[in-house]
Amino acid sequence: MEITVTVNGEASTNEVEPRRLLVHYLREDVGLTGTNVGCDTSSCGACTVHLNGEAVKSCTILAVQADGQDITTIEGLADSDGTLHPMQQAFHECHALQCGYCTPGMVMASVSLLEEQPNATEADVREGLEGNLCRCTGYHNIVKAVLQAAGGGQ
Amino acid sequence: MIPAAFDYIRAGSVDEAIAGLAEHGDEAKLLAGGHSLLPLMKLRLAAPEVLIDIGRLDTLSYVNDGGDHIAIGALTRHRDVEISDLVNADVPLLSATTRHVGDPQVRHRGTIGGSIAHGDPASDIPAALLAMNATMVAKGPDGDRSIAADDFFSGFLETALTDGEILTEIRIPKHTGVGYSFQKFNRRAQDWAIVGVAAVHGNGMAGVGLVNMDARPIRAAAVEAALGEGASAADAAAQAAEGVSPSSDLNASAEYRQHLARVLTRRALEEAAG
Repeated sequence: MEITVTVNGEASTNEVEPRRLLVHYLREDVGLTGTNVGCDTSSCGACTVHLNGEAVKSCTILAVQADGQDITTIEGLADSDGTLHPMQQAFHECHALQCGYCTPGMVMASVSLLEEQPNATEADVREGLEGNLCRCTGYHNIVKAVLQAAGGGQ
Repeated sequence: MIPAAFDYIRAGSVDEAIAGLAEHGDEAKLLAGGHSLLPLMKLRLAAPEVLIDIGRLDTLSYVNDGGDHIAIGALTRHRDVEISDLVNADVPLLSATTRHVGDPQVRHRGTIGGSIAHGDPASDIPAALLAMNATMVAKGPDGDRSIAADDFFSGFLETALTDGEILTEIRIPKHTGVGYSFQKFNRRAQDWAIVGVAAVHGNGMAGVGLVNMDARPIRAAAVEAALGEGASAADAAAQAAEGVSPSSDLNASAEYRQHLARVLTRRALEEAAG
């Protein structure tokens, strides 16, 4: 069926099978490969994007469910002039990544977390990121980055 | 992982969804938030031929004050339940329990009705609904009917809903000001409970529901009876594994689950006592 999804502010119209997963739609039909497929079982959070401003796992949503909705991916966070989003900047400055595979999902989940809890404490951040797994750097610098972004006038 | 192919119908109203179920019978499944159904479909453990998407039926997304109870639309997302002032004030065991469901991303999509209709004994919310003596409202071709929580969860991934019915509302008697607690034991963040306990106790109320202690969500009837006779939290909790049959799996043996149920029930009753 034909669907139209607004991705990072631009409407995209495509013919998809009903069983098309949102993450595959974004990567293969829209051509935005910043969103990663990790566990593919809604556990690891690597595929986290925003659906109408809230973090969701795009491996567990059908593209047809996103028809007519607003999606933001990691590609849509930075300004058009290349200025990083404060969360991206904080991840950069705190070295909150090692291999980087979980990073797009971590950043998207963290932005959503601070939308809901602008004054998040360290405990709030650790609990709020329970849906995102990192297998190499550990969580210390990720938590540090989110707290730095929280204090940076978000 | 990609689900098997299916036909997709987007219902524009509850009646359209019921008509779709009538037309397609047991070949059809309702799709709400999809966070129980889609994982099963991706693993090909479920392969419905028709999906009827009810996810956009906003008329089933609400939290209302019903006087002596709180009425929650079946398509209310976990996130909206979690932050609802009415839920936090009058049925706080539900918000405490909902905070333990999955992770924030899951709670942004998953719905209370979807979780209940899935009928998974490892789900958190059914245990809380048993403890609070909730009533489910279902709508079918012949109209509405009410189903008590005790009659709703009928077996492993089975509920009292018929193929032609849609769960529309959950009604929960208020327990404003009464002690409550949800205790969940798991080994990894965001994981299913190995065992969980939902309790509301005080002001003449004594409700205790268990997660993952039987093939279906189940009430700790022996604990409730002991509390009704005035037993202490510790003595009542010692009955937590009476009359239930937990399974053994890679996470825990049945004996270990029985032990966890007793410990977590004691903690829940102690926390409820404040």
